[in-house]
Amino acid sequence: MAKSEVIINIEHLSKSFGDKKVLEDINLYINRGEFITFLGPSGCGKTTLLRMIAGFLNPDSGRITMDGKDLLGVPPHKRPLNTVFQRYALFPHLDVYDNIAFGLKLAKVPENEIETRVRKILKLVAMSDYEDRDVTTLSGGQQQRIAIARALVNRPKVLLLDEPLSALDLKMRKDMQIELKEMHQKLGITFIYVTHDQEEALTLSDTIVVMNEGKIQQIGTPADIYNEPVNSFVADFIGESNILNATMIRDKEVNFIGHDFKCVDSGFGENNPVDVVVRPEDIYFTESENKCQFTATVKSCTFKGVHYEMFVETDKGYELMIQDYDAYDVGEKVMLYIKPQDIQVMKKERTANVLQGEVIDSETIEILGGKFPIPNELEAGTEVTVEVPFDKVDLVDDAESAVLEGEVYFILYKGDRYHLTIKTDEGFLWVDTNDIWDKGDLVGINFMEGGARIVE
Amino acid sequence: MKKFFAQAYLWLLLLLLYSPILIIAIFSFTEAKVLGNWTGFSLDLYRNLFEGGVSNAMLRSVENTLTIGILAAILSTILGSIAAIGIHNLKGRTRQAVTFVNDIPMLNPDIITGISLFLLFVGLGVTQGYTTVLLAHVTFCTPYVVLSVMPKLQQMNPNIYEAALDLGATPSQALWKVIVPQIKPGMISGFILAFTLSIDDFAVTLFTKGNQGLETLSTFIYADARKGGLTPELRPLMTVVFLVVLILLAVINIRTMKSNKNKK
Repeated sequence: MAKSEVIINIEHLSKSFGDKKVLEDINLYINRGEFITFLGPSGCGKTTLLRMIAGFLNPDSGRITMDGKDLLGVPPHKRPLNTVFQRYALFPHLDVYDNIAFGLKLAKVPENEIETRVRKILKLVAMSDYEDRDVTTLSGGQQQRIAIARALVNRPKVLLLDEPLSALDLKMRKDMQIELKEMHQKLGITFIYVTHDQEEALTLSDTIVVMNEGKIQQIGTPADIYNEPVNSFVADFIGESNILNATMIRDKEVNFIGHDFKCVDSGFGENNPVDVVVRPEDIYFTESENKCQFTATVKSCTFKGVHYEMFVETDKGYELMIQDYDAYDVGEKVMLYIKPQDIQVMKKERTANVLQGEVIDSETIEILGGKFPIPNELEAGTEVTVEVPFDKVDLVDDAESAVLEGEVYFILYKGDRYHLTIKTDEGFLWVDTNDIWDKGDLVGINFMEGGARIVE
Repeated sequence: MKKFFAQAYLWLLLLLLYSPILIIAIFSFTEAKVLGNWTGFSLDLYRNLFEGGVSNAMLRSVENTLTIGILAAILSTILGSIAAIGIHNLKGRTRQAVTFVNDIPMLNPDIITGISLFLLFVGLGVTQGYTTVLLAHVTFCTPYVVLSVMPKLQQMNPNIYEAALDLGATPSQALWKVIVPQIKPGMISGFILAFTLSIDDFAVTLFTKGNQGLETLSTFIYADARKGGLTPELRPLMTVVFLVVLILLAVINIRTMKSNKNKK
């Protein structure tokens, strides 16, 4: 399937709503017959991207082509693709049959052909006896099947699915996942699927496109994405993980949690700061002194059905999550090791905040709309670049009294500290802290004295 | 005992509210020329009303009232529904502003609407008559239609219009095949509301009917009363009008009750 030809090609697609960039330079191709998933947290731009393919939104710039023909400018009712909407969007005034026949009737398909096609598709979604039912009397799962049938009956080249299972309960969702996968294999058409559920994406997709903040983070097969995340966002978003600050000592040798480890990655330079991800199932317990790479104390142990989930504190004071089939007692000293191929080294997205600002006077520089007290000897009005290390940003509860207000947007635990992404009205800031904040908290932002450095 | 007083209070209140209408209705079954004299039970007034014999002017005023009511209801339903769809698709502050502007004519006293329309028509040099009354009625009915269609649009799944486009409907096909069926209950309620408002209206009609001799029922009664004494046939007529309005109101209420039940 990987070698088959491209059906949809997206080039340099960008879109802003007002000042807010929703999509930034998206480049992507989709193969014929592929099951591709746009995965990301809410607000990452995945639904916007899908709506552009469907034709409900136009990009500010960029191109979308299908079979080599430009799709932009073609109104949605003329595009050879169909959509399954998040909340089904069935027509409540029509019964099941008429809902499914809606598209065929518009296309002026002869009545007897409509009948055979509707019957056939109802059989495919296992809803054969429901033809005359009022759609409002159906359960969520049944409505979802009808919505899928209504789209598929038109024999689209591409089926777009916008979080189609998000309104269903867990059991139903699992069943529908299997059915969707089977339908995809049976029909052989291209599925473009949008979800925020990483497990769903891993189960269903041939290819996953991980998105965040309007940008594509990584494109790959589920195994690639899980085993070799390119950055800490992807690592954290897909599955459970320990994400840690590390230093690449030299090729195939990395230092983190205060110890040196052998790894298989190279090309990150020498003594360079990097991020390392270790999946919790890849940290092993051992009885042998020779194998042991570091020791730790078990802090908590919870049974999760198949495995135990444990939090340990290492000899150097870092917290790690471990999953294992055996349970260890809380307080027990354990010996641990990590295999070189299980250490995934990632380039750091950034090592400090690099911010654009404008000099107001000799005491003040305006950054992200806030007037920060930074002594300088520059002329008022000069554009400057200011570097602020992650640990020199001070977050306070009282947002009013601080220089700038922001919202905790994303939290990453790095073993010994939290790495927070703070969203302000005009941009993002990254902060290292030991304080515990919750996602969505409103915070006041100050820079510690001497923390900000003017780079140019 | 407490319950008895509560009940009695309620019925007394209702009696007070409805006594004027009740008196008219009771005295519609007697022949006396002057209201308040009971000269024995008779259906003659009803017979006169339906078999003619009453002044042509009164029947013509009833006819005007009904045709203006129906036309005004049709026109304001069309205008109001389109406006509601437009307002629904506006965003944020513009939408608030337009909704506010839509609310003003409903709160505005009739007399002011009447006088302003009168001045407008005079200013434009339009001869006032049937058309100006109709236009005036459309003007004050439309906001009510907007108000009764809006909730239907808000209840609607925002994706169904897009779903129709997605399945190959042109925007106008999507409007007719999907949006209109969804807001139809609101349009019907709006239509009935507009119709009752129109046949009910006095102040606006008085100012916009001009001097070409056009009368609706309310202005006819007004003129008739000023000539001295009401035509006795007005009593059965008003009883009939009251019953018609009562039935229409009941229909509206049952409809809303039903739709509320469906939602549950």
